[in-house]
This record gives sequence, C-alpha cells and structure tokens, in this order.
Amino acid sequence: MDKPFAIFPLGDCAITLDLGHLIDEQLNRKALCIQEWLKAHAFPGLQDIIVAYSSVSIFYDPEIVRRQRDCPGGVYDYVKALLEEAWIATGVLDGPAASGALIRIPVCYGGREGPDLEELSRVKNITKEDIIQLHCSIIYRVYMIGFLPGFPYLGKVDVRLEAERKSRPVPVRAGGVGIAGNQTGIYPVNSPGGWQIIGRTPIKLFERAALPPIRFAIGDRVQFYPISQEEFRSLCP
Amino acid sequence: MSLSIIKPGLLDTLQDLGRIGYGSWGINPGGAMDRYAAQVANLLVGNCGEEAVMEIHFPGPQILFEQNTLIAITGANFSATVNDEQIPRWQPVVVRRNTVLQFSSLVEGARCYLSVHGGYCGEKWLNSYSTNLKAGVGGWHGQPLRKGDELPFKENTIYFAGLLKDESNFEALPWRVNTEKIYRWPHEIGFIPGREWEGLSPASQENFIQNNFLIHPSSDRMGYQLKGSPMVMDRPVELLSSAVSFGTVQLLPDGQLIVLMADHQTTGGYPRIAHVISAHLPKLAQLRPCDAIQFKRVDATAAETLLTAQQKELHILQRACMDHLNELVC
Repeated sequence: MDKPFAIFPLGDCAITLDLGHLIDEQLNRKALCIQEWLKAHAFPGLQDIIVAYSSVSIFYDPEIVRRQRDCPGGVYDYVKALLEEAWIATGVLDGPAASGALIRIPVCYGGREGPDLEELSRVKNITKEDIIQLHCSIIYRVYMIGFLPGFPYLGKVDVRLEAERKSRPVPVRAGGVGIAGNQTGIYPVNSPGGWQIIGRTPIKLFERAALPPIRFAIGDRVQFYPISQEEFRSLCP
Repeated sequence: MSLSIIKPGLLDTLQDLGRIGYGSWGINPGGAMDRYAAQVANLLVGNCGEEAVMEIHFPGPQILFEQNTLIAITGANFSATVNDEQIPRWQPVVVRRNTVLQFSSLVEGARCYLSVHGGYCGEKWLNSYSTNLKAGVGGWHGQPLRKGDELPFKENTIYFAGLLKDESNFEALPWRVNTEKIYRWPHEIGFIPGREWEGLSPASQENFIQNNFLIHPSSDRMGYQLKGSPMVMDRPVELLSSAVSFGTVQLLPDGQLIVLMADHQTTGGYPRIAHVISAHLPKLAQLRPCDAIQFKRVDATAAETLLTAQQKELHILQRACMDHLNELVC
C-alpha cells in the first residue's frame, strides 16, 4: 500500500516525516499530534523535534541511541520505525480543531515602519488602505515557528496579497510584519530578511529572560489590527 | 581565577556543543563550528566536553592570564605564543600568571579553541553557553569578546604552580592528542544525498560529485557559500519551509550551493540536495574562504558508524586525560 507520507534522512543525526507538502490545517494538526506522541515516547538520545507546516523532524545523537537501544539495522531504521508507529498511533483527525488562543497584534502599516507597502500597492494595483484591510481581515493560524527565535509563520494571506520574496535579503527591524508567498510573519529580532515588509508591531515577540522566551505557539490564532504612528510610538517599550 | 582581553580578535565568542532542544521555538543550536576540537580542548584540561570554550578566528586576540592557568589550544594553527614563545596545540599547557597569549600568523585552519581548566563562567541560556549573536544571549553577554573583558573561571581543583619550572613562562604537559584520523584529506567531504537529490538533473548530480567547489569569501558561521558550475533541478520545485540541519547543502535560486553551518536557521525552504556527514563537519569547519571542497558520496550506515566511532574515541580520550592529570598532581 502506498503510504500517504514520506520519511527521509536529514543527514546522519536527523530524520523527517513529510505528510504531504501542503499548507493545510489538518496536516499541521497531525504533525503536532505526532510531536506529542514522540514526546510521550521519548528515547535516549532524542535531542529535538521540529514541526513545520506539514512535517515533523527528529534530531538525535546516534551514539547514545545505539548504546541504549537495540538497533540491528542502524539508528536511522530504529527512528524511522518509531515515526511510522507515531503516524499510525495518532490515527485520523476528525472534527473541528480545538481552537488555540486568539492573539490580536497591533500594526503600524506603511511609511518608515512598512517600507514595502507602497511598492506592493503599486505592483498589485490595490490601494494601501485595501491592502491593510485585507491583511487584517483574516484570522491566521500559526503553522510553525522557525527561521529566527519565535518567528511565526502565519497562513494563509488573501490570494490578492500573495507576494514574491525579494531576490536579496535586506535588514529588517524587530517587529517587522512581512508577506512572502501566501504566508505572513513577524520578525522577532533584527535580521536580514527577504519578506515584503508592510508594517511593524510594537509588541515584543522575543524576551530572552521569559520562559518560554517566545510569544506564539503552533496552533495559536492571530489577527492584526492597524494603529497610527502615534499609537505605535506610545506602545513601544 | 580569570583572564582578560587586552585586544580582541576578529570574532572571539564563548561556545559549547550547542543549545540543543529548542528548535521548535526557532532557536538554533549554534555552538562551536568544530565540535571535535572544542571537546578535545576541554578534555585535555580535565573538563567535561560540554564546558564553554573560546572560539577564536584570525586575527586572534591578545589575552592576559591573571593567575597560573591550565589551558589547551586545539583546532586551527594560528602560531600561538605565550610571551613570544611558541606553545603546542592539542596538548595541555600550564601558563604562568601575568603572561600574554597571542596568535602571530595564520598557518592552517579557520578557527581555534581555547579551554581553561574548570571552564569559563559564561551566561548559560537555555542550558547552553553558546553565544547567539542574533538574539544577543548566551556566552559572554550575548556578544563577541571586547577589549577589557575579564572572563572568570569556575573553581580550580588543581595546584598548577608546582608544574612550572623556574622562570619558564609555561610548561607543556607530556601528552597530546593524535588528530590525524579526523582531519586527514581535508578537502574530501563526505555527503549523503538529501531529499531533493533525485530531482537534480543528471548533469548536475555528476557535477556535484566530479567537480570541486570553492568556499566563497562571504562564508561565515551561518553558512558556507560555494562557488562552482551552476546546478539545476530537472523540474522546478516549490518547497514549503521545513527543518534543516548543520551540514545541509541547499541549492539557491541562482544555481549555487550553500552548506549550513553552526549558526544556521532552524528551517529553510530551498532544495536540500545533500547533507555533509557529521564525522566530516570538523574538517569542513577548518576550511577557509577560497579553499576547495571535493564531495564524496558516503553510505548512510557508514556515516553513522564513522560518527559513533569518533564519539567512542572521545570517551576513551576523556578517561585517559583524567588519569594523566590525576597522576601528575597527586
């Protein structure tokens, strides 16, 4: 039988289970369930589990696994079998998703805080006001955290706002709200980046001393709302 | 116990074996580029392999030892001297108080590691001393070392003064590590195919295995950009972001390659055409801009065996170092 997933090595210390290569809430929830199952069935040498849109990756130390577990076919085969077991054990997800927390994020759009809004408006032939309205009209799901500490990948944006990444990364300030493809996201720290930056939030997404130091978790729901320059300044810590 | 930075180098940071287990928060492991050299530096001075070490790039810093200190330098050869006398690498060395360590020329390799007995008292963030420069946390205040920084050490359990002969600036202890097996054939880098390997055009697969790639000058701790004949996928792929690892070789839209190194981001969306085997990451970490890489396909089981053998040897080395040190000071 053809399995509806693929498992492949990510080097010699990690392995990925790919559920179908789609931005899809069901697949993302399935990936989360597999992560939970793996945490409950942790093995010696397990180092990290990373959930992305529709994939789960396990990082492990092969020497520890080999010392503590019987792996006649090698450590990779041992971990692969465990992932297959996780896929089966987590079963079929049906019914509506338990909805995560709704987090509202203020954004100052355009101008200095959103340097790419003007250009996006020109290329898309949509007024800036309409872009802001469209960007704020959707309750997004946090599909994954990656790229930078606490960077949430939110989906999906209105098709009219889908925008290509820049060909070269440029400096982006912490709080920058950007669009890339059908995703939108927020830069938690200053970093070079290729997303089209349409605004900036004064909310801190990364606090080194907090535990967890990041603001979002996969499954959270996020909605943006526009604020003025003055409000932005007054909300800046 | 402490040392102070008289003059900083190009990029000196505290690192350990990485901040493991926080990838799902988007927090990358970071850590020493050459994890083998970092561990050996610790083992030689009687530390466990997970202590913080100083990762040094060339030009290196000038460092003042404020007390007698047991140190080890591993990794690249930057002609380390203590009060202008050459000191050996891959060997424990007791240095006298008020001596100055510096690095006079770049002979071989890309980064060296300085350990001190006891280990540095850095900032431990999420269970790791590794410096995360982007988030500004871990290591030494989340920053590279600067002029005037005074780095304290943890408790000193060995009395070193007795090991120093009169007037000498330092005393190298009589054992060293043979690293021949780890770094031989420095340009030959083993890989296992990545998920998108099969999607490469046959000519590109051939190119990857047959031709050399040069490390581009813009390479850093995040990644090595490679220069070679451009490669293409048979059919274009639109990938969703997913996890990547230390050693993942990605194909960029312009047909060039990048090898992700210690400070790589947790996820990426470019085709993963290969993964450098972990046992060869130390060699790769010691290659410099303009050095050539020749990729060589390795069977996944062989890669796993090579890595576990390397780790077993480190366990043996740890016991041997402890025995030698105990014999010497008891």
